[in-house]
Amino acid sequence: MKFGVIRFPGSCDDVDAQLAASRVGEAVLLWHGDRDLQSVDAVIVPGGFSYGDYLRVGAIARFAPVMEEVIAFARDGGPVLGICNGFQVLCEAGLLPGALLPNDHLRFRCRQVTVEVVNADTAFTRACEPGERLSIPCKHTTGRYYAPDLDRLEANRQVVLRYAPGENPNGAARDIAGVCNEAGNVVGLMPHPEHAVDERVGGSADGLKLFASAAVAHA
Amino acid sequence: MLIRPKAGILDPQGIAVERALPALGFSGVSNVHVGRLVELDVEDAEQLDAMCRRLLANPLIEDYEILAA
Repeated sequence: MKFGVIRFPGSCDDVDAQLAASRVGEAVLLWHGDRDLQSVDAVIVPGGFSYGDYLRVGAIARFAPVMEEVIAFARDGGPVLGICNGFQVLCEAGLLPGALLPNDHLRFRCRQVTVEVVNADTAFTRACEPGERLSIPCKHTTGRYYAPDLDRLEANRQVVLRYAPGENPNGAARDIAGVCNEAGNVVGLMPHPEHAVDERVGGSADGLKLFASAAVAHA
Repeated sequence: MLIRPKAGILDPQGIAVERALPALGFSGVSNVHVGRLVELDVEDAEQLDAMCRRLLANPLIEDYEILAA
Protein backbone atom coordinates (compact mmCIF):
# COMPACT_ATOMS: atom_id res chain seq x y z
CA MET A 1 0.00 0.00 0.00
CA LYS A 2 1.56 3.27 -1.13
CA PHE A 3 0.15 6.67 -0.15
CA GLY A 4 1.01 9.91 -1.91
CA VAL A 5 0.65 13.17 0.04
CA ILE A 6 0.38 16.32 -2.09
CA ARG A 7 2.60 19.23 -1.10
CA PHE A 8 1.46 22.66 -2.26
CA PRO A 9 3.27 25.89 -1.43
CA GLY A 10 1.60 26.69 1.89
CA SER A 11 0.72 23.12 2.90
CA CYS A 12 1.64 22.62 6.53
CA ASP A 13 0.23 19.23 7.53
CA ASP A 14 1.86 17.30 4.71
CA VAL A 15 4.59 15.77 6.87
CA ASP A 16 2.15 14.77 9.61
CA ALA A 17 -0.08 13.16 6.98
CA GLN A 18 2.93 11.33 5.57
CA LEU A 19 3.92 10.10 9.05
CA ALA A 20 0.35 8.98 9.76
CA ALA A 21 0.06 7.13 6.45
CA SER A 22 3.46 5.53 6.96
CA ARG A 23 2.03 3.72 9.98
CA VAL A 24 -0.13 1.63 7.68
CA GLY A 25 1.92 1.64 4.49
CA GLU A 26 4.56 3.42 2.45
CA ALA A 27 4.06 7.17 2.06
CA VAL A 28 5.69 9.64 -0.33
CA LEU A 29 5.29 13.38 -0.88
CA LEU A 30 4.05 14.54 -4.29
CA TRP A 31 5.04 18.04 -5.43
CA HIS A 32 2.17 20.22 -6.71
CA GLY A 33 4.02 21.11 -9.91
CA ASP A 34 4.63 17.48 -10.95
CA ARG A 35 2.18 15.45 -12.95
CA ASP A 36 3.55 12.11 -11.77
CA LEU A 37 1.58 10.36 -9.03
CA GLN A 38 4.43 7.82 -8.69
CA SER A 39 2.07 4.83 -8.91
CA VAL A 40 0.53 5.49 -5.49
CA ASP A 41 -2.53 3.51 -4.38
CA ALA A 42 -4.14 6.42 -2.51
CA VAL A 43 -3.77 10.21 -2.53
CA ILE A 44 -3.99 12.51 0.49
CA VAL A 45 -4.56 16.24 0.00
CA PRO A 46 -3.36 17.65 3.33
CA GLY A 47 -4.20 20.66 5.45
CA GLY A 48 -2.57 24.06 5.40
CA PHE A 49 -2.91 27.22 3.36
CA SER A 50 -2.26 26.17 -0.23
CA TYR A 51 -1.16 29.13 -2.34
CA GLY A 52 -1.77 31.32 0.71
CA ASP A 53 -5.53 30.65 0.43
CA TYR A 54 -5.53 33.65 -1.91
CA LEU A 55 -8.83 34.54 -3.58
CA ARG A 56 -10.77 31.79 -1.77
CA VAL A 57 -9.66 28.71 0.17
CA GLY A 58 -8.59 25.97 -2.23
CA ALA A 59 -9.44 28.02 -5.33
CA ILE A 60 -5.95 28.24 -6.80
CA ALA A 61 -4.56 24.90 -5.63
CA ARG A 62 -7.35 23.25 -7.56
CA PHE A 63 -5.56 24.26 -10.80
CA ALA A 64 -2.12 22.90 -9.81
CA PRO A 65 -0.63 20.52 -12.39
CA VAL A 66 -0.74 17.60 -9.94
CA MET A 67 -4.48 18.13 -9.46
CA GLU A 68 -5.20 17.17 -13.08
CA GLU A 69 -3.70 13.77 -12.26
CA VAL A 70 -5.54 13.56 -8.94
CA ILE A 71 -8.85 14.31 -10.69
CA ALA A 72 -8.18 11.58 -13.28
CA PHE A 73 -7.10 9.17 -10.51
CA ALA A 74 -10.30 9.88 -8.56
CA ARG A 75 -12.51 9.49 -11.64
CA ASP A 76 -10.92 6.05 -12.15
CA GLY A 77 -11.98 5.08 -8.63
CA GLY A 78 -8.67 5.78 -6.88
CA PRO A 79 -9.02 6.61 -3.17
CA VAL A 80 -8.47 10.31 -2.39
CA LEU A 81 -8.68 11.87 1.09
CA GLY A 82 -8.87 15.64 1.59
CA ILE A 83 -8.17 16.96 5.07
CA CYS A 84 -9.17 20.52 6.06
CA ASN A 85 -7.59 22.68 3.32
CA GLY A 86 -7.43 19.48 1.24
CA PHE A 87 -11.20 19.11 1.70
CA GLN A 88 -11.63 22.69 0.48
CA VAL A 89 -9.42 21.96 -2.54
CA LEU A 90 -11.43 18.82 -3.45
CA CYS A 91 -14.69 20.79 -3.24
CA GLU A 92 -13.27 23.51 -5.48
CA ALA A 93 -12.06 20.82 -7.90
CA GLY A 94 -15.58 19.43 -8.14
CA LEU A 95 -14.53 16.02 -6.77
CA LEU A 96 -16.72 16.57 -3.72
CA PRO A 97 -20.07 18.32 -3.48
CA GLY A 98 -20.55 21.62 -1.66
CA ALA A 99 -18.19 24.26 -0.31
CA LEU A 100 -16.61 25.39 2.96
CA LEU A 101 -17.60 28.81 4.28
CA PRO A 102 -16.13 30.96 7.08
CA ASN A 103 -17.04 29.70 10.57
CA ASP A 104 -20.32 31.25 11.68
CA HIS A 105 -18.57 32.92 14.67
CA LEU A 106 -15.64 34.11 12.48
CA ARG A 107 -13.10 32.73 14.95
CA PHE A 108 -10.30 30.26 14.46
CA ARG A 109 -11.17 27.06 16.32
CA CYS A 110 -8.49 24.66 17.50
CA ARG A 111 -9.70 21.86 19.73
CA GLN A 112 -10.44 18.16 19.98
CA VAL A 113 -13.86 17.26 18.52
CA THR A 114 -15.92 14.09 18.65
CA VAL A 115 -17.30 12.95 15.32
CA GLU A 116 -19.66 10.10 14.51
CA VAL A 117 -19.16 7.80 11.57
CA VAL A 118 -22.31 8.00 9.47
CA ASN A 119 -21.15 6.01 6.45
CA ALA A 120 -18.65 3.21 7.16
CA ASP A 121 -18.57 2.00 3.56
CA THR A 122 -16.21 4.60 2.07
CA ALA A 123 -12.56 4.10 1.09
CA PHE A 124 -11.50 5.89 4.30
CA THR A 125 -14.04 4.66 6.87
CA ARG A 126 -14.15 0.93 6.14
CA ALA A 127 -12.18 0.14 9.29
CA CYS A 128 -14.85 1.93 11.38
CA GLU A 129 -18.28 0.84 12.58
CA PRO A 130 -21.39 2.87 11.70
CA GLY A 131 -22.16 5.17 14.64
CA GLU A 132 -18.63 4.81 16.03
CA ARG A 133 -17.30 7.95 17.71
CA LEU A 134 -13.83 9.24 16.92
CA SER A 135 -11.89 11.87 18.85
CA ILE A 136 -9.91 13.99 16.40
CA PRO A 137 -8.61 17.58 16.59
CA CYS A 138 -9.87 20.35 14.34
CA LYS A 139 -8.19 23.70 13.60
CA HIS A 140 -9.73 26.00 11.05
CA THR A 141 -11.43 29.32 10.29
CA THR A 142 -13.25 28.22 7.14
CA GLY A 143 -14.93 24.94 7.98
CA ARG A 144 -18.65 25.59 7.78
CA TYR A 145 -19.88 22.96 5.34
CA TYR A 146 -22.56 24.06 2.91
CA ALA A 147 -24.27 22.31 0.01
CA PRO A 148 -27.41 23.45 -1.78
CA ASP A 149 -29.15 20.06 -1.67
CA LEU A 150 -28.47 18.43 1.68
CA ASP A 151 -31.41 16.01 1.42
CA ARG A 152 -29.99 14.52 -1.73
CA LEU A 153 -26.58 14.26 -0.10
CA GLU A 154 -28.05 12.37 2.85
CA ALA A 155 -30.15 10.11 0.60
CA ASN A 156 -27.00 9.19 -1.37
CA ARG A 157 -25.19 8.38 1.90
CA GLN A 158 -22.61 11.05 1.11
CA VAL A 159 -22.48 12.35 4.67
CA VAL A 160 -19.54 10.39 6.08
CA LEU A 161 -18.89 12.07 9.43
CA ARG A 162 -21.00 14.25 11.64
CA TYR A 163 -19.97 16.27 14.69
CA ALA A 164 -21.47 14.65 17.80
CA PRO A 165 -24.33 16.66 19.37
CA GLY A 166 -22.96 19.92 20.78
CA GLU A 167 -19.58 19.47 19.11
CA ASN A 168 -20.08 21.44 15.88
CA PRO A 169 -17.16 23.92 15.89
CA ASN A 170 -18.10 26.04 12.89
CA GLY A 171 -21.85 26.11 12.22
CA ALA A 172 -21.68 23.44 9.50
CA ALA A 173 -25.04 22.48 8.00
CA ARG A 174 -26.55 19.47 9.78
CA ASP A 175 -23.34 19.07 11.82
CA ILE A 176 -21.55 17.71 8.74
CA ALA A 177 -17.83 17.14 9.37
CA GLY A 178 -17.04 15.02 6.32
CA VAL A 179 -18.57 13.99 2.98
CA CYS A 180 -17.77 11.68 0.07
CA ASN A 181 -18.49 11.55 -3.64
CA GLU A 182 -21.26 9.28 -4.89
CA ALA A 183 -18.86 6.37 -5.42
CA GLY A 184 -17.35 6.69 -1.93
CA ASN A 185 -13.72 6.71 -3.13
CA VAL A 186 -13.21 10.45 -2.52
CA VAL A 187 -13.64 11.63 1.07
CA GLY A 188 -13.09 15.04 2.65
CA LEU A 189 -13.26 16.13 6.27
CA MET A 190 -12.45 19.24 8.30
CA PRO A 191 -10.93 17.56 11.42
CA HIS A 192 -7.36 16.27 11.22
CA PRO A 193 -7.03 12.47 11.54
CA GLU A 194 -3.27 12.78 10.87
CA HIS A 195 -2.90 14.58 14.22
CA ALA A 196 -4.58 11.73 16.11
CA VAL A 197 -2.46 8.67 15.39
CA ASP A 198 -0.60 8.22 18.68
CA GLU A 199 -2.18 8.23 22.15
CA ARG A 200 0.99 9.74 23.61
CA VAL A 201 0.33 12.88 21.55
CA GLY A 202 -3.14 14.35 22.09
CA GLY A 203 -4.57 11.29 23.82
CA SER A 204 -6.26 9.68 20.81
CA ALA A 205 -5.17 7.40 17.99
CA ASP A 206 -8.64 7.34 16.40
CA GLY A 207 -7.44 9.15 13.28
CA LEU A 208 -5.37 6.14 12.31
CA LYS A 209 -8.59 4.30 11.40
CA LEU A 210 -9.07 6.49 8.33
CA PHE A 211 -5.63 5.60 7.01
CA ALA A 212 -6.10 1.95 7.99
CA SER A 213 -9.39 1.94 6.07
CA ALA A 214 -7.55 2.74 2.84
CA ALA A 215 -5.19 -0.18 3.51
CA VAL A 216 -8.16 -2.51 4.19
CA ALA A 217 -9.71 -1.47 0.89
CA HIS A 218 -6.40 -2.04 -0.89
CA ALA A 219 -5.76 -5.52 0.56
CA MET B 1 -15.86 42.21 -10.94
CA LEU B 2 -17.89 42.46 -7.76
CA ILE B 3 -18.23 39.17 -5.92
CA ARG B 4 -20.70 38.80 -3.06
CA PRO B 5 -21.90 36.04 -0.80
CA LYS B 6 -25.10 34.59 -2.26
CA ALA B 7 -28.33 35.81 -0.73
CA GLY B 8 -29.58 33.39 1.89
CA ILE B 9 -26.12 32.15 2.86
CA LEU B 10 -25.08 33.30 6.33
CA ASP B 11 -22.44 36.01 5.92
CA PRO B 12 -20.63 36.26 9.28
CA GLN B 13 -18.32 39.02 8.02
CA GLY B 14 -21.32 41.17 7.15
CA ILE B 15 -22.88 40.47 10.55
CA ALA B 16 -19.64 41.39 12.34
CA VAL B 17 -19.45 44.71 10.47
CA GLU B 18 -23.14 45.37 11.08
CA ARG B 19 -22.58 44.92 14.81
CA ALA B 20 -19.41 47.02 14.86
CA LEU B 21 -20.87 50.12 13.20
CA PRO B 22 -23.37 51.00 15.97
CA ALA B 23 -20.51 50.76 18.46
CA LEU B 24 -18.95 53.73 16.65
CA GLY B 25 -22.20 55.67 16.81
CA PHE B 26 -23.49 54.89 13.28
CA SER B 27 -27.17 54.04 13.46
CA GLY B 28 -29.78 52.65 11.11
CA VAL B 29 -27.40 50.20 9.39
CA SER B 30 -28.77 46.90 8.11
CA ASN B 31 -28.16 44.24 5.44
CA VAL B 32 -24.37 44.54 5.52
CA HIS B 33 -22.57 42.11 3.21
CA VAL B 34 -18.85 41.88 2.63
CA GLY B 35 -17.60 40.68 -0.74
CA ARG B 36 -14.56 41.42 -2.85
CA LEU B 37 -13.58 43.49 -5.85
CA VAL B 38 -11.34 42.15 -8.60
CA GLU B 39 -9.90 44.79 -10.93
CA LEU B 40 -8.21 43.90 -14.18
CA ASP B 41 -7.43 45.01 -17.70
CA VAL B 42 -8.51 42.56 -20.37
CA GLU B 43 -8.39 42.71 -24.16
CA ASP B 44 -11.43 40.52 -24.74
CA ALA B 45 -14.24 41.34 -22.32
CA GLU B 46 -16.14 38.28 -23.58
CA GLN B 47 -13.87 36.20 -21.36
CA LEU B 48 -14.91 37.89 -18.14
CA ASP B 49 -17.95 35.75 -17.44
CA ALA B 50 -15.98 32.50 -17.83
CA MET B 51 -13.23 33.93 -15.61
CA CYS B 52 -15.77 34.55 -12.88
CA ARG B 53 -17.38 31.14 -13.18
CA ARG B 54 -14.14 29.17 -13.34
CA LEU B 55 -11.92 30.98 -10.87
CA LEU B 56 -12.84 34.37 -9.47
CA ALA B 57 -16.14 33.33 -7.89
CA ASN B 58 -17.55 30.04 -6.66
CA PRO B 59 -21.06 30.12 -8.16
CA LEU B 60 -22.27 27.69 -5.49
CA ILE B 61 -21.80 30.25 -2.73
CA GLU B 62 -21.16 33.58 -4.48
CA ASP B 63 -22.85 35.90 -6.98
CA TYR B 64 -20.78 38.06 -9.28
CA GLU B 65 -21.35 41.19 -11.29
CA ILE B 66 -19.18 42.48 -14.11
CA LEU B 67 -18.66 46.25 -14.29
CA ALA B 68 -16.89 47.86 -17.27
CA ALA B 69 -14.96 51.08 -16.72
